[in-house]
Amino acid sequence: MTAQLEAPSSAGPRPSALAQAFRSNQTTWIGAILLAAVVLAAVLAPLLAPHDPLQQDILVRLEAPSAEHLLGTDAYGRDVLSRLMYGARISLLVGFASVIAAVTLGGALGIIAGYMGGVIDQLIMGVMDVLLSFPTLLLGLMVVAVLGASLENLIVAIAVTEMAPFARIARAPTLVLREQGFVEAGRALGFHPVRIMAVHILPNLVAELAVMASLWLATAIRTEASLSFIGLGVKPPTATWGGMIREGFENILDAPWLALFPSLAVLITVLALNLLGDGLRDAIDPKLRRE
Amino acid sequence: MSAPTVQDAGGHDGLEVLNLRKEYRSTGLFGRTRRTVRAVDGVDFHVPPGGSLGLVGESGCGKSTAARCILRLAEADSGSIRYEGLDVRAARGPALRMLRRRVQMVFQDPYSTLNPKRTIGQTLEEPLHVHGIASGRAAREAARALLGEVGLGTDAMERLPSEFSGGQRQRIGIARALILGPSLLIADEPVSALDVSVQAQILRLLDELRERRGLSFLFVSHDLGVVRHICDAVAVMYLGGIVERGPVREVFDAPLHPYTKILRAASPVPDPAARVTMMRIEGEIPSAAAPPPGCAFHARCPAAFARCSQERPLLREVVPGRAVACHLFP
Repeated sequence: MTAQLEAPSSAGPRPSALAQAFRSNQTTWIGAILLAAVVLAAVLAPLLAPHDPLQQDILVRLEAPSAEHLLGTDAYGRDVLSRLMYGARISLLVGFASVIAAVTLGGALGIIAGYMGGVIDQLIMGVMDVLLSFPTLLLGLMVVAVLGASLENLIVAIAVTEMAPFARIARAPTLVLREQGFVEAGRALGFHPVRIMAVHILPNLVAELAVMASLWLATAIRTEASLSFIGLGVKPPTATWGGMIREGFENILDAPWLALFPSLAVLITVLALNLLGDGLRDAIDPKLRRE
Repeated sequence: MSAPTVQDAGGHDGLEVLNLRKEYRSTGLFGRTRRTVRAVDGVDFHVPPGGSLGLVGESGCGKSTAARCILRLAEADSGSIRYEGLDVRAARGPALRMLRRRVQMVFQDPYSTLNPKRTIGQTLEEPLHVHGIASGRAAREAARALLGEVGLGTDAMERLPSEFSGGQRQRIGIARALILGPSLLIADEPVSALDVSVQAQILRLLDELRERRGLSFLFVSHDLGVVRHICDAVAVMYLGGIVERGPVREVFDAPLHPYTKILRAASPVPDPAARVTMMRIEGEIPSAAAPPPGCAFHARCPAAFARCSQERPLLREVVPGRAVACHLFP
């Protein structure tokens, strides 16, 4: 009965998990600042980018970093920094859109499976287990191969690969919540199962799903870069980080910065999201036990 | 066991449960039944309008399962449950909605009985919205009035469950159970998780509400003192079946069934004149998955004889108003 150890009624509203995450862990700050920088660069790319990311200039191909081109130029004479900033838009768009789709679909399926139980549970989780048994990249590759390479299909592909973990994360606590008095009371009061799942179970899972989402956002961005790297991403000449790494590979000996800078961009973004996600998880985990 | 006694004959108002059975099966691979647990095995009881029945027994005896079947939180396998003329087990659609308004439940654990993310106002108003009884201002007024009735201030409306103590949360749980205006309240160990001082307050509240609203009570508990305080009649359950049933004072003052005697002796009496006789109960409650043949209690019974291990005793009326399932009372 840990609950009884809490001072009843005198305790004010508890500090939000978010505030707790930042107070207790400096690395969470680093993650948040790095991510904010990447997001800002992406959103403000049209204002901040020194050059047009698609403008070719044959005279300045494969130039090393200089005052004019801070991160150098690629094989077509395009400014690497500008392409990196515009590439961030694709990476973040695909990442956020696919994770939002995955968390919505996977979360809903997990709650349905956990709450309904029985055959529905076995069916849903069976499909999820099949999805989980494929390596993420391979499954994404298959989906893109079937649907064709485009921005939308890339989002669909990554969402499909990431749905299963969210279904699992949502199902486990649903099994516990299903037995709680307030869910039973809802049933005794004649609430529709959809109301019970949406109003009484989902809000108690949001924290866990949010933590998972921040961690899987990193994976989504990595997967997008990987798919673009093997040529199954957004078509050139649109700038994407994975595409830039691939193009840079062709000149890795003459102009190593071409592959290095987009790789660093992926690294920094993934690191930022992982730091942020870890911090959130640490803040939220013990809390959920107590309620 | 299921032979209806005079007390069980049909035509009653209130809650009437006849020959209720509920099994839980655990299935192995490919849906083969591996184990069958008879949680409730042929139970009869009756709660008259305005009356209160205590269902007592050790944990695992099926008392909570029986209560859950009446609320349709679990589906009974067979038997009949009627409440105010309504066939509970067959109810669906409008009939089931009506049942939800008439029969409500108070839960054991005050810490999980309220959704931690919803304010007290939201918790109390939601049933009114769902059943289309009231909305907006009217729902808020109804919730406020009920909070007053259970002894809480209206400032509770905007607060979250984490701001309340166990006893206060149990009051809110009672208010939620009453918001639809039920006539039967089923309480599953409503005070066993509370401090003793708080227990008394909650029991007094339930007593008051019963009087004021003319409620019927089905009170599931392992605490004989609590049942004695709040119930007029009691049914003692052992391993899925009722072993003794009758008016609460008579049953506890002069128990007939050996199991009731042992239960009685195991619960302290606030009477210094009472002779202390420590009766020992041997062994554990047998598994409901492998019930012994004959009387379910014979392995632990101090008065068992040969017939007890062969033939299952039926619940029959031995004194007017009192029924016992024991071969000592043929």
